[in-house]
Amino acid sequence: MVDLTLPAPGASVEAGAPPGIERLDFEIVPRKGLVIVAAALVLLIVAIAVNKLWPLMFLHVAGGAAWTIIDLFLGLVLGPILGRLSIPARVEFTTKLMPKMLLIMPTVVTLTLAAGWQLGTKLGTVLTSYHNHGWVVASFIVVGVMSVLALGLLEPANIAVLIELKKPRPRPEVIEHLMKRFIYCAGILGAMQVATLVIMTKFATG
Amino acid sequence: MNDRRLPPVTELAMASLALIIAGGIYLSSHLPRHLPLAPAVALLAASALLLAGNLIALARVRDFAWERFFQVGRWSLLAYVVIAGMIEYAFLRDHLTGGPLVVLTLSLVVFAVHVPTLVGFTVARYHEPDAGPSPGLESAAGARSSAG
Repeated sequence: MVDLTLPAPGASVEAGAPPGIERLDFEIVPRKGLVIVAAALVLLIVAIAVNKLWPLMFLHVAGGAAWTIIDLFLGLVLGPILGRLSIPARVEFTTKLMPKMLLIMPTVVTLTLAAGWQLGTKLGTVLTSYHNHGWVVASFIVVGVMSVLALGLLEPANIAVLIELKKPRPRPEVIEHLMKRFIYCAGILGAMQVATLVIMTKFATG
Repeated sequence: MNDRRLPPVTELAMASLALIIAGGIYLSSHLPRHLPLAPAVALLAASALLLAGNLIALARVRDFAWERFFQVGRWSLLAYVVIAGMIEYAFLRDHLTGGPLVVLTLSLVVFAVHVPTLVGFTVARYHEPDAGPSPGLESAAGARSSAG
């Protein structure tokens, strides 16, 4: 289990940030990153419009690899480490990692799914006549469950933690509650990515 | 932490998202066969009802941090409208028409409204009036700060 205990809110709240939580200056949404996101989305639109095999395959495989690796690494490696860091280290790490995740994850997920759907339409792998159709439906279900968790729990928690850390007096109990949600969700998503790897390797080998 | 009772917005939103995703899987897993739309329509209607219920329940909460809710929700809405637009573009590019297009488009509308609602709610529920504004949120998005 991950230990996420933070110090209880003290009476010294009036004096500024609670002990152990230093207020750091950071951007919730990194503006420079928005340019890269826009470029990636333009590439996706062009790839779908031209409907050629290589651009679609590239965006689907590159996006999917990034998505799987980030989920596995965050959920199974970084998450547990994050839970054991000292509070100042955890806060500093969070303020550097989470704003980037806010841009990276929706972008790689959109690239992977949109390019993947177009690729499946082009190759006929989304049709019921495809010999591995059961595995395709399984991949839809895995992605669906991951989407509900990511959209319903992970991303709102991510944004709420960043906004709490931006406050003049961040409250440890709120950050603890939201970080717990974030780390457990990331762990579940990491485990579900193993199912994605099983399904995708099954496709690749026929 | 704020211990007041709030409606189960997160739970209802997740159920609503699960329903429209189930409808999408139902439609996409039967391509290219023509299949009855009724199950997908029923799932979409249930999802839309949950969205409406969530919005009504939320609107009845007293002393909610609406300013913070809308401050976060509108930027999330912008992001999810872009994502929904990309998905809709893929549907149109694939010449999807008729009933399936209507069902999937309305599903995207529910998705693009419900996720920002959830994000705004999660942030606003932890807002305390004396905690002050988040100085970086609006400036990060390139807008003038309107938080009080």
